[in-house]
Amino acid sequence: MDFTRRETLALGGAAALTFVLPFRANAATTEELVNEFTGGADIADAGVELTAPEIAENGNTVPITVSAPGASAIMVLATGNPTPPVATFNFGPLAASHEASTRIRLAGTQDVVAIAQLEDGSFARSAKNVKVTIGGCGG
Amino acid sequence: MASGVKPRVKVPSSASAGEAVAIKTLISHPMESGQRKDSDGNTIPRSIINRFTCDYNGENVIDVTMEPAISTNPYFEFEATVPEAGEFQFTWYDDDGSVYEEAKAVSV
Repeated sequence: MDFTRRETLALGGAAALTFVLPFRANAATTEELVNEFTGGADIADAGVELTAPEIAENGNTVPITVSAPGASAIMVLATGNPTPPVATFNFGPLAASHEASTRIRLAGTQDVVAIAQLEDGSFARSAKNVKVTIGGCGG
Repeated sequence: MASGVKPRVKVPSSASAGEAVAIKTLISHPMESGQRKDSDGNTIPRSIINRFTCDYNGENVIDVTMEPAISTNPYFEFEATVPEAGEFQFTWYDDDGSVYEEAKAVSV
């Protein structure tokens, strides 16, 4: 079976699409989740802090800390995971500092995003790139 | 029901009124994400704790919605204000409907 140059190119293009598209789909859901959380409101850059290691050796347990003074809720998203949502922290009246730490799974090197709903109803966003040596989603 | 689920929390036993105390919680749970496959290639069904709440004398401190991206043996660390003597109630809600509870008293 012979492939002409044109056919080979078309095949390569199709293969590239199948690999690229899932990531596109993921990016869209991240966007959708953010919109769902904020209701389409504008997002400021300051007001929320996300602490995560620059390099995580094991993607199964990556320690993160989110902090946003006066926030009523903080949503954490892992943009490169098969399912981007990680957790949503809702702070009650007795929360002393609006800060929480936990450990999360990351499938690979990616951006972790934290979106906080501040006291006045506005939103803040913070993102951090985490390099993952061994992914944490099983195989 | 996930077997061997054991909650552990670390709370100071006494505090002064209005003080912010650090709380650490850990619960042993496999947090099966629903992404993994067993040796035969079948997907292992998702089984996670999907919600964690902490209340003090009935008033909410933190309420966390959890997704499969939370690691095995979910760990949380946060701070709570202690206005008067009372009790912290910690509750974890499992996907299968079970609820795990733990309580810690604090004197002022």
